[in-house]
Amino acid sequence: MDAILLQILNGLDKGGAYALIALGLTLVFGTLGVVNFAHGALFMLGAFCAVTFNKLINLESVVVDPTQTTAWGSPLEIRTPYVEAWLGDFGALLNDYSVPASIILAVPVMLLFGIAMERGLIRHFYKRPHADQILVTFGLAIVIQEIIKHFFGANPLPQPAPEAFSGTAYVGEILGMGQTLAYPWWRIIYLLFSFVVIGAVFAFLQFTTYGMVVRAGMHDRQTVGFLGIDIQRRFTVVFGLAAVVAGLAGVMYTPILPPDYHMGMEFLVLSFVVVVVGGMGSLGGAVAAGFLLGILQSFASMNEVKAIIPGIDQIIIYLVAVVILLTLPRGLFGRRGVMED
Amino acid sequence: MFAGLARNDWFLFLGFSAVILLLPILLQPIGAAYPALMQKICIFGLFAIGFNILFGLTGYLSFGHAAFLGVGSYAALWSFKLFTMNIIPAMLMSIFFTAIFAVAIGYVCLKRSGIYFSILTLAFAQMCYNLAYSVLTPLTNGETGLQLTLRDPRWIDALFHAPGAGLPRATLFGISTSGGGLAGFYLCAAALIIGFFISMRIFRSPFGLMLRAIKSNQNRMRYTGFNTRPYLLAAFVISGVYAGLAGSLMAATDPLAGAERMQWTASGEVVLMTILGGVGTLVGPVIGAAIIKYFENIFSSFGEATLHGVFGFLPDVIEEPVVWFFSLFVGDGWHLTLGVVFMLIVIFLPGGIMEGLRRIWKLFDRRPGDRETIPAAQTQAAE
Repeated sequence: MDAILLQILNGLDKGGAYALIALGLTLVFGTLGVVNFAHGALFMLGAFCAVTFNKLINLESVVVDPTQTTAWGSPLEIRTPYVEAWLGDFGALLNDYSVPASIILAVPVMLLFGIAMERGLIRHFYKRPHADQILVTFGLAIVIQEIIKHFFGANPLPQPAPEAFSGTAYVGEILGMGQTLAYPWWRIIYLLFSFVVIGAVFAFLQFTTYGMVVRAGMHDRQTVGFLGIDIQRRFTVVFGLAAVVAGLAGVMYTPILPPDYHMGMEFLVLSFVVVVVGGMGSLGGAVAAGFLLGILQSFASMNEVKAIIPGIDQIIIYLVAVVILLTLPRGLFGRRGVMED
Repeated sequence: MFAGLARNDWFLFLGFSAVILLLPILLQPIGAAYPALMQKICIFGLFAIGFNILFGLTGYLSFGHAAFLGVGSYAALWSFKLFTMNIIPAMLMSIFFTAIFAVAIGYVCLKRSGIYFSILTLAFAQMCYNLAYSVLTPLTNGETGLQLTLRDPRWIDALFHAPGAGLPRATLFGISTSGGGLAGFYLCAAALIIGFFISMRIFRSPFGLMLRAIKSNQNRMRYTGFNTRPYLLAAFVISGVYAGLAGSLMAATDPLAGAERMQWTASGEVVLMTILGGVGTLVGPVIGAAIIKYFENIFSSFGEATLHGVFGFLPDVIEEPVVWFFSLFVGDGWHLTLGVVFMLIVIFLPGGIMEGLRRIWKLFDRRPGDRETIPAAQTQAAE
């Protein structure tokens, strides 16, 4: 029982990341009809926002104190981060919470980047075939990740989780089930965070006038245009929003997986599979499929399962995708008329 | 005017063969005439030609072709290990196994089209790659990669002579093809020329016409009572076998096979080559492969010192930023150059380099009254 619960937890946090990326992909596809292969790069860009923020906050002033010497006999260097010098305890706190705090940096950066990307590049590809869209965004993904590699190097850069959440949560004790069920705090935080973001996106689309117009536009953009609404402008904002969602998913994932320049590509392939399984153009489907595939993957990596079918953990997601694509042409929750062939 | 199509094709074929066979002389002035690079150009040219038969003719964008390359390499290497170091059986083994693979994968993937086809091929390729790294380690030797060892049985070779002291080399009836000699290059060149000839025949045949018809309007083909599936499958298998053959040539010139050959970024690379050269053209993919492999070599070896040498004539104030800017694009940053060039091509010149050449040709070859016909010649977008 414990083992099963643990696997579900394991799957949920990975599923959270898949769901967040897939949500953005579907949002872009449903509104603009564009297949964005650079979406994984946006996830990676978000992760590097966290890295940059951490670096900024750790900028130090170095004062050489000639009265004291180190063990080697050279004058002692006293390093104090500027933030702590200026802000005192709050600075130290900010330093500790640099990963969640970097959301302040990530949101505007990703929003601007997303809008610039849509206005500058994607706009010209609405009328081109899907193959061209895939190719140009694939090229863009290469460019983004190479630029990141140039500035940050090729090695993974581990980011610390805040002190308070870096330990292990004894989930079993909380649920009254004994000591064995233990789980890293930060992953639980990530899971909750992904719920919050997904909820916020859905609330935005469901309960605001702006979101209502966007949904109407997804359904029939021509009619919305006839009503005198500049739907294109709203879709641009939605693209920015999708970039922000991917970026936030990346920021919060950094303590779990040290970011490097090609993490985006790895997640991209999986999240495309997630989108297709959930059904092209279905937001709920993307989220559901994200969590579902995450859980399936973690169950497949249990030793008991691997003993029966060796190697299943490596291919389960793709296998499920193949089966679903062949049996349910629209995916699990796909809408009629969206990308059917 | 009177020159028929077939005659033009013969000229094209002879010209192509001449250029490929004379590569060691032609590449001398630009310092690229060493066998390792020319082999790569030929092998990837063959790979891209095969990919182009599927993508160029039918418009089905496969993101999993590298899987066939990997399967071909492994099959060839196992033939080296088990039977003989002669490359002919190795190539036959590769063709056989990739054909089986391609039939199985193609049968499943071709049930869908468009982006779903791309995702399905991607999924299969990733499955192959992941399995090669994990469970299939006895077959693929996992991360280390499959290599020749002294303990390999090599049954057929063992019948004729006792094993030598060192590792044997891959041979073609006694001529050593691995180890970086010109023999290896001419083997690849011969394979490329044969592959080019077959692809030309396919392009000009009724079968090729059928594939183009599927690209321009598959529904209409179906309405006329035409089953398109067998044609698509045939195209898929042919292009898969090309990839497998390219893989076996890789093994023949350098007997080593690793799973990273099967990763989807490797599939992406062949897409880049084909697009860069020109989709749906005969020589375009080879040009794309040659350019990418050549510049990969040149750009990766550039460092900041070379750049300072190039821009040394500028005053220091200007030189520093210029060198900094260009250092983004050379050395490790070679992929950045590739990405930028690729994006520019897709945005401004979807027909690739061949399209560019055609436009330039049009500028010089303008006859009165020709200008009106130019817009009609634009390529149709594939749906």
